[in-house]
Amino acid sequence: MTTDLGNGASAEGVEIRKLDRVVIRFAGDSGDGMQLTGDRFTSEAAAFGNDLATLPNFPAEIRAPQGTLPGVSSFQLHFADYDILTPGDRPDVLVAMNPAALKANIGDLPHGGTLIVNTDEFTKRNLTKVGYDGDPLEDGSLDAYQVHKVAMATLTIGALEHTGLGKKDAERAKNMFALGLLSWMYHRPTEGTERFLREKFARKPEIAEANVLAFRAGWNYGETTESFAVTFEVAPAKLPLGTYRQITGNTALAYGIVAAGQRAELPVVLGTYPITPASDILHELSKHKHFGITTLQAEDEIAGIGAALGASYGGALGVTSTSGPGIALKSETIGLAVMTELPLVIIDVQRGGPSTGLPTKTEQADLLQAMFGRNGESPVPVVAPQSPADCFDAALDAVRIALTYRTPVLLLSDGAIANGSEPWLIPDVDSLPDLRVDFATEPNGPDGAFWPYLRDQETLARAWAVPGTPGLQHRIGGLEKADGTGNISYDPANHDFMVRLRQRKVDGIEVPDVVVDDPSGQARVLVVGWGSSYGPIGAAARRVRKQGMPVAHAHLRHLNPFPKNLGDVLSRYERVIVPEMNLGQLALLLRAKYLVDAISYTKVQGLPFKAEELQDVLTDVIKGVPA
Amino acid sequence: MTAIDLGLPGLGGLDGVPTADQPQKAKDYKSDQEVRWCPGCGDYVVLNAVQSFLPTLGLKRENIVFVSGIGCSSRFPYYMNTYGMHSIHGRAPAIATGLAVARPDLSVWVVTGDGDALSIGGNHLIHTLRRNVNLKILLFNNRIYGLTKGQYSPTSEEGKVTKSTPFGSLDHPFNPVSLALGAEATFVGRAVDSDRAGLTSVLRQAAEHRGSALVEIYQNCPIFNDGAFDVLKDADSAARRIINVVDGEPITFGGGELAVVRDGFGLTVAKTADVAPEDVVVHDASDLNLAFALSRLSTQDLQHTVTGVFRNVARTTYDDAARAQVAQAREAKTPDLAKLLHGNDTWTVAG
Repeated sequence: MTTDLGNGASAEGVEIRKLDRVVIRFAGDSGDGMQLTGDRFTSEAAAFGNDLATLPNFPAEIRAPQGTLPGVSSFQLHFADYDILTPGDRPDVLVAMNPAALKANIGDLPHGGTLIVNTDEFTKRNLTKVGYDGDPLEDGSLDAYQVHKVAMATLTIGALEHTGLGKKDAERAKNMFALGLLSWMYHRPTEGTERFLREKFARKPEIAEANVLAFRAGWNYGETTESFAVTFEVAPAKLPLGTYRQITGNTALAYGIVAAGQRAELPVVLGTYPITPASDILHELSKHKHFGITTLQAEDEIAGIGAALGASYGGALGVTSTSGPGIALKSETIGLAVMTELPLVIIDVQRGGPSTGLPTKTEQADLLQAMFGRNGESPVPVVAPQSPADCFDAALDAVRIALTYRTPVLLLSDGAIANGSEPWLIPDVDSLPDLRVDFATEPNGPDGAFWPYLRDQETLARAWAVPGTPGLQHRIGGLEKADGTGNISYDPANHDFMVRLRQRKVDGIEVPDVVVDDPSGQARVLVVGWGSSYGPIGAAARRVRKQGMPVAHAHLRHLNPFPKNLGDVLSRYERVIVPEMNLGQLALLLRAKYLVDAISYTKVQGLPFKAEELQDVLTDVIKGVPA
Repeated sequence: MTAIDLGLPGLGGLDGVPTADQPQKAKDYKSDQEVRWCPGCGDYVVLNAVQSFLPTLGLKRENIVFVSGIGCSSRFPYYMNTYGMHSIHGRAPAIATGLAVARPDLSVWVVTGDGDALSIGGNHLIHTLRRNVNLKILLFNNRIYGLTKGQYSPTSEEGKVTKSTPFGSLDHPFNPVSLALGAEATFVGRAVDSDRAGLTSVLRQAAEHRGSALVEIYQNCPIFNDGAFDVLKDADSAARRIINVVDGEPITFGGGELAVVRDGFGLTVAKTADVAPEDVVVHDASDLNLAFALSRLSTQDLQHTVTGVFRNVARTTYDDAARAQVAQAREAKTPDLAKLLHGNDTWTVAG
């Protein structure tokens, strides 16, 4: 709930109410520019110094039929004067640009919430299209909300009358009108948006000017009409000291790869194939060739990872990016990387499955695929970021493991993290880990030859000699290797030994202990999560604690191998609950490995958990623990 | 979309690959691994030809890499004293592409078969050729699956009776040369395993070509498809069937008795004596239509088989262009990680 922090009054007599946090949802047709509108409001909030989290939600179709329910696109933004963990369960303010957007989203708006409607789209035809018998703006069905009816299209066209722009073009700027109005309501800075618009449309100055005018018209509309009696202020958040920027998960992940290449002093080769929701990683990395990054858009998923592995064989940092369906196609090459023990980073931005599933929606159901989705005993380390900004650190860690242990590593992001954004405390470049590798340059075998499968005794990493190194010519491949020499071997005992050795290598990977968040130290219930559920679980835990019930939260960055202290942590609590956006994949692993009677709470609706529902789940579990 | 001219200069196929200080011999290219093909396999002949040919290039052995897929021929890298990777069925061109992009100082060779390259790996093959990655692709065509013990392949003749097709295969075969030309290959050649001189000549031209070079090698499988190319090996019949083409020379064969002449949009064979000398087609390896017509002259029943280099043209390679983009970006912009991470919109939380 939004807390009212007291009132004031502006010079114009409009009341100013101070809030600690607000959730706004912009909803419209997928052609209405809702993602851009939300993105700009986010930038304004970030520039103002709020903490924030966002949740874009859009259809897989690029332009679904106009005005229909499947065509509704929305962007939810949560901003606050304290550190927040989620994009918010329910909006306090819903902006609905058409009847479809209203119908699809009104169910999430709590009674008493603010509803801003673009009345121009509420024609009989549009209402019928989405199944409204009457006009909800007139029939009293919205009486529970504070409704503001604004003829946004008409007002925008009016504001642009003198620009010479056609009606149709002028009307397209109505999303900026909405942004201007909301910016006025929440006292947001406007310079950034005006600058952004002028840059975005630099080649079409008349369009840039139209958007700026529409934006100002929205602002002025709020200020001059009397329909808005109250405006709101959300003060800057007290975050840890430092310099921040706003960042999405896919961008942070791409930056993590760039940084890893720099810290490893290796060229990066991204071999990949476009797939939602991972393509932005390719788009981002393709901009940064001056960091020694080559991006190769291959003919398919298999060729993408093949090229990445070939580059790794040549001594580059090979990376491939995809989503679940792509992982299915890449499995055989991941197996080859396991066998040839070459470093490789495989990014899986998870989406709803199986098969094509829900391309634009989020899910965490690829965990078992990442763990076991290959033929034979084929252990692969698995690393998962927990929030958009955390993708940067997770990417660096994935590269550390890949290079140190000469192994493919699966990096499991998801759609919510990928497209969601939050403020990021920008790290000092010198504080980033040193990832340089030692390539083999001399023969190492007892016979004076080079043995590619002799290992570092501590890490069990094999010697890595790249083509071009004199005297170390050798052959590797997918057939079983003799221990040490790496020659083909069909020897039964050797195969048994090598299968166990590859497993031991991955089991022995150094990962930090999992940290338990239990401020009171009194918790008897532990909630364990991984990946993007960090926000809702953390927010739910805070709410539960506010109710006077202690609860502990442990969030796993490393799914394979698990942190060494995890078994001990699990055994300290009377109940362990594992919420997941799948049917209990982590719970299955925890039960199998630690014999812990973990309770699985699962949901697969393509959307993140709501803090509210997890609060209820945790409360039930805590109350169920005998005193 | 804007097309950007990268302005790359013409390069030779081996430019950038360091050369050896000492003369080399064939045995320098033999690894310590025992060769395990069946006795009489055509692969031995090709292996020997390659091991004898490579020393003449004078490259550092450590800068040569053989990448293969899966199949009998794909064991090839194990027998070469170079760097090598025996990879996944059909995927060698993809893996070799990544390697070639990352490393301009390597001479990268792909060894593949008719099943590996044309069936499971068909997609990678055509896209590699289209991109013109600087790879030399040796396609061992024995028209059968050997390693899985005798099923028909995408180059087997229609109606072929094999273990998987006891009533005859239904598939129509690929003509690998036509396929490669259709895939925009800049270099396409063909040789017969037993013809050491012809094979070496094509290999040399392939090595010197900058870009993807596809070399189809007819190779006998003595176990599952023995004698598939015998009509090209018997001296009498071979002379009337093999049409070896050389750039710039009139296309005659059969001891000069037979010649290739135009026939509508295609080509046909005529008796040299029956046609005017100016009607004998002169081979032009830069003429795509001629190359394609020549490829269609090669029929599945080996009535005629064209060997030599069908097409050899210069076109910017994918790997050179990819490196040029990186180099140009580096010239234009100094990599500054802190600047990248900060971006354009930051705010500071001060104490």
